[in-house]
Amino acid sequence: MGIKIREFVEPLQAEILVRGGMESEEVEGGYCGDLLSDCIAHAEENSVWVTVQSHPNVVAVATLVGIRCIIVTNSQEVQEQTLEKAREQKITLLRTSLSSFETVAILSRLGVPGKKRRVVR
Amino acid sequence: MPEENPLVEMEREIVGGDFQRAGDVSSELKNILQQAGFPAPFNRRVVIASYEAEMNVVIHAYRGIFRVQIYSDRVHIEVDDEGPGIPDLELAFQEGYSTAPPHIREMGFGAGYGLSNMKKCSDRLHIDTRVEEGTRVIMDFFLPSFMKG
Repeated sequence: MGIKIREFVEPLQAEILVRGGMESEEVEGGYCGDLLSDCIAHAEENSVWVTVQSHPNVVAVATLVGIRCIIVTNSQEVQEQTLEKAREQKITLLRTSLSSFETVAILSRLGVPGKKRRVVR
Repeated sequence: MPEENPLVEMEREIVGGDFQRAGDVSSELKNILQQAGFPAPFNRRVVIASYEAEMNVVIHAYRGIFRVQIYSDRVHIEVDDEGPGIPDLELAFQEGYSTAPPHIREMGFGAGYGLSNMKKCSDRLHIDTRVEEGTRVIMDFFLPSFMKG
């Protein structure tokens, strides 16, 4: 059972930078962190990624993992190339002024579960 | 026994310092693996290792060539770069050890997990490196027999 991405917007007071598939898509879990090697090894498909990173390679990692939605926290500036890449890959990109911790706390209240299994031991 | 011909072969250039396109080669490889019908957990392993190898060239080297051969039951990847080489390979395999400069680390790269991710995700990893010349990474991934067909 998933949680609809569009349900994140209001509680996070998030700006929608790239809509991607947010109207219909759901996530089944989440990952929070700013190290790309850790994300690619531990995040899961169909999840939401909470991070302060906002450069275009974040979208590359999200694409490789199969992440549906990236939430950039602490109002970090997002490069135009990041937006372009997210549009290309149809990945939802949201931005919030909340910290990563506050964001995860809210996602958790909305019912987004932690991960189910480990990809890399 | 004669070598079986690969189902798909791909060769791409990787440009050192080009963070804009970094990851594109691994993304292309992921699509090929999915189209070839390999199981998702196998593809995930290959893609993690491929991404780390690709990023190592982007972060550390001047340029590199990424070659992949996909067979019915295995994937073979070779990444050859012109770059600084790795002076102490044993140290480079330690999780958290990195020679990446601070501005690269701030972007969330160079955390020192690249080689260990490659080792964990591949079934065979071989690295040839010469300081101030370059590095060659060879990785093999074998499809477990219960996942075949």
